Parts: sequence; C-alpha cells; structure tokens
Amino acid sequence: MAPEHKAQKLPTIHQLFGYTIGFSHLLDEIAIGVAVIGLDRKIVAMNQMLKLLTGFSQKESFGVPCRHILRSSLCVQNCPAFQINGKSGPKCIETDLISKDRQLIPIRITFALLKTNSGKIVGYLETVEDLRPLKKRESGSFEGYSFEHIVGKSPEMGKIFQILPSLAQSESSVLITGETGTGKDMVAETIHHTSDRAKGPFVKVNCGALPETLLESELFGHCKGAFTGAIENKAGRFQLAHNGTLYLTEIGDLPFSLQVKLLTFLDDKVIVPLGTTKEIVSDVRIIAATHRNLDQMVAEKRFRKDLMFRLNVIRLHLPPLRERQGDVRLLLDYFLNKISAQLGRKTPELSKRALKILLAYSYPGNVRELRNFIEYTVNICTDDKITPRHLPAYLTDPSQAAVVEVAPPATAGIAAESEKQRLARTGPDQPWPEIEKQMIIEALVKTGGRKSRAADFLGWSRSTLWRKMKQFGIRG
Amino acid sequence: MNATKILVPLHEDDVAPRFDLATEVLIVSKKGKTISKNKRIVALPRASAEQVCQLATTEGIDVVICGGIEETYYQYLIWKRIQVIDSVAGSSQSALKKFAAGDLQPGAIL
Repeated sequence: MAPEHKAQKLPTIHQLFGYTIGFSHLLDEIAIGVAVIGLDRKIVAMNQMLKLLTGFSQKESFGVPCRHILRSSLCVQNCPAFQINGKSGPKCIETDLISKDRQLIPIRITFALLKTNSGKIVGYLETVEDLRPLKKRESGSFEGYSFEHIVGKSPEMGKIFQILPSLAQSESSVLITGETGTGKDMVAETIHHTSDRAKGPFVKVNCGALPETLLESELFGHCKGAFTGAIENKAGRFQLAHNGTLYLTEIGDLPFSLQVKLLTFLDDKVIVPLGTTKEIVSDVRIIAATHRNLDQMVAEKRFRKDLMFRLNVIRLHLPPLRERQGDVRLLLDYFLNKISAQLGRKTPELSKRALKILLAYSYPGNVRELRNFIEYTVNICTDDKITPRHLPAYLTDPSQAAVVEVAPPATAGIAAESEKQRLARTGPDQPWPEIEKQMIIEALVKTGGRKSRAADFLGWSRSTLWRKMKQFGIRG
Repeated sequence: MNATKILVPLHEDDVAPRFDLATEVLIVSKKGKTISKNKRIVALPRASAEQVCQLATTEGIDVVICGGIEETYYQYLIWKRIQVIDSVAGSSQSALKKFAAGDLQPGAIL
C-alpha cells in the first residue's frame, strides 16, 4: 500500500517559532488522538494518542487508508469524508472503534476539512476522543429517581424519564411545554448532553428577551454594513450552535416576522444573515420551549400554524409540581442535601411542623420555588432543625401572603384555589380536617347547597363529598 | 492433502476493517500453496459478528482472515478450533496470496 509513503518523513514547522520544530512533536503533545488524512483518505500523520487508541504506530499507518487504522463504525458505514464539503463545518459524531488488541472503544470523532489560504481543500483533520472514562462516570453516577439532574419518582416523571433517552438519540425538533419553574431549561440541556451532539455547543436564546430587530441579528447574524452600527461581521446563534443544539426558550414570544425565518431554517437547514444573500448551512437541532398555550396562540393567529407543526415533532409536557405525587418530599430532601453541601454546612433536619407546611403548599412557582424556599431556609437556619420560623414569612404569616402573586388555577373551583390563599385565610397551623370542613361549607354556600355542583367545585366525586360531609357532621 | 477452508469478511475488495460490520464474506479453499479458483461470496442479510461466526462454524472454516475483531468473537472462533489472523489491512487478494505463501501474520498491512 503506497510504499512511497513509507519512505516519507514528517515535515517540520519553521515559521511558528524562531526554531524549527517537528510536526510529529507538535501532534504528540495533543491529549486526544489526531490524524491528518489526505484527499485519498490515506493517513498522512497521526499522533501518539491515536496510536494508544488504535494500536497502530505512525510508521505502519503511513499511507494506509484510514478505515483500516481507525476501524470505527463510521468509517465503514458512513464515512464523513463523503458528507463534508466546503460549505459545511466540521462533523462531530459519537461512534466506536476496534483496537488492535481487540477492544471495542467508544469514541467521539470530529472531522474537519484542511484548506489552503485560497480555500482549496487539501485533506482532512480527524480528532478522536476516548469516551471510556466518560461512559464509566455516566454509569457510575446513577442516582435513584433521577435522570441526569432531574429528580422525581412520581408516575408523571417516570414517563418523562422513560422517553428522554430515546428522545435524546433522535434528531427531531422538540417542543417542551410546562408552567414556569417545571424544569424546561434543565430538560433541554439534558436532551443535549445525552445526545450525540453533546460535544457540540448548547446555545440558549430567550426569544422574549430582545427586541425584534436585535433578535434577528442575534439569531441569524449580520454582515458588516447591514445596518447602522454593524461595524463588523457577526455570526448568529444558529452558526454558533453548529453541530450542537439551539434552545429557543419562550418561543411563544418570537415575533411573527422571525417565525417565517425560523420556518425557512427548519425546512432547508440554511440561514441567511442580515445584509447578505449568501446562504450558510447550519447543522443544528432545535429545542423550543414555552409556558404559553401555543395551540391557543395558533387559534388566535398569534403564532404560525406551520411553525407549530414543525416544532411540534416531539412534544414534551412537564407536569407542575402539584401534579407530581410524592415528589415534593423527595425534592425537599434532595435540595436540602445539595444546598447544604454547596454551602459546606451540615444538612439540617426538617421539623414536623415545617414539613407539614412545606408539604401543604401548592408551589405555583413549581420546582424553582421549592428550591428557593430551601435555599432561603438553609441560609437562615443556623440550628440543626428547620422550624416554621425559618421558612419564608409568607408561608407562615397569613398577613404577608396577600402580597404574593397567585398562580392561575388549573381548574375552576375552590379545589384549584391557591394554597397561599387558603393559608392566608386559615393559617398554616390549622389542622387539615378543619380546612377541608371549611372548604366543603364554602362550596355548599357557593352552590346554594347543591351537592353535585359542590362536588364538582371541589374536584371530588359526589360520594367523596357525601362521605366527608358525614365525617364532619355537615348536614346538607 | 486436505484443503484448508478460508473465510474473509469483505468491504468492497478489501478485507473488511471490522469483522462485525461486514455484509459480505469470501469463502475459498487452499490446497498446498494454491488458492482454489472456486470462490464463493456470501451476502449476509445484515452486518452481524454472530452471523459470521455461525457461518464459519457451519461451513467448516479452518482459517478466518479479518480486520478488527472483538475479543469475544476472536476467542469463540479459537475455541471452535478456527485459526484467526486478525488486524489484516489491505485487499483480500493480497491477503490470500500472502496466506498461501505462508507469510500472513496478524496485524499485516499489505
């Protein structure tokens, strides 16, 4: 195989420093495997690290087709040299190789073009990362009731945990919906980090945070002179997210004009920066999130139906904390341990009364609110035990509850009324049966004593209402 | 003199770089120092190391000449008394020629 290559010596670098340095020395200092490959896909140079991975030395690899040295699944099934061109950027793919000592090694390959100053393609640069330590860490970091950093043991979260791994392996767009604080950002990051694009960038853009004109330039980039103040070329977030994931949060706030541009990207995978007609190919996976009701926005013609359909390939709805049965207690313990460890403090214990208050609360701000409670509490509490006096005042002091914003009720009726309101009226120390009794009386008063309507109001069945009325001695 | 039956997983005309990803195998015999002209190429329904191993045992193969092979399959074939010459890089013809001449070693780059 190309015996003339065998006699070749590796070049030296003259102009980088005052002295001449060997190219192979430079390559050998790089901590990941590197191969320089010719246009004929034969190895021109490789470093020591790649030798350790593959088992083939630089000398014996010289002039050999790279597929025989690297022996990755990718080489055989989907050689990146055939997919990459002058327009596209580097390709980053997770795969595996079989080393000379017959080990199957998980690797991540980044394949880039080597060009002359005039842009002529002269070869390829391949970097190979050994993923064994990472995989070992991943398998060792398993925590019960969690996926990456998302914690939960409710059936609702179980369904999410089940779907996330397969979702991460897909290339489809994902639309994450859910109330504020339910963990949309965290889920988006998790999808990215567990996908084949994990090595690529995760770029987050808040569509509601910037005015329309700025957002367009931010997303798609601009050319020098495109508008007043555009003093240089600027790459947009789509370009920055090449080979990675672009997370568009608050997609419901994306201006109508930009919805068309996003639609074009989802169709053609190309973007056109402001002030130019040149199309740029961007290999980006889109994850969008919103707390708004996009279906309703489509009906009101505030969001494009076709964009909704394209984003809505996979929809993931994150349940609010009040619907995650059993998760509040788990999350309380999780954040108590985590935040105490961060602050270098001994984890305090929750007193029975404090726990009762925290469990009775409805968390309109969801997990974020719960985390904030714990962070506040751990900072305030200097004792070993957290008591109600360590909790935020509006949880324990009804007079302060009135100033707290109340989340919109999930369903009509008293049953969906915010716990904050209820606590404000009744006080946290009032036993639950008494609160329940009061709720029943209020419901009966509101519905003029009609039990079936009162049951609807409370979100109970008629028999539950009847049983509880009997229990509390309320005569209908 | 008994003929030696050889199996070579293929990738185009080369020895397949990966034993587990080959979708074609070449089966050929060697008598003395001569490779028989009767060659058989078996197309596999899908790439599978298990299937190549099974083919090697059912066909009564004596020698497997291949590229990268996982330790499990290597040991299995050895256990089945099949000689494995692995990490061979190059064309299948050159590999067979070298094998017939008694020169083919594991890790040979042709």
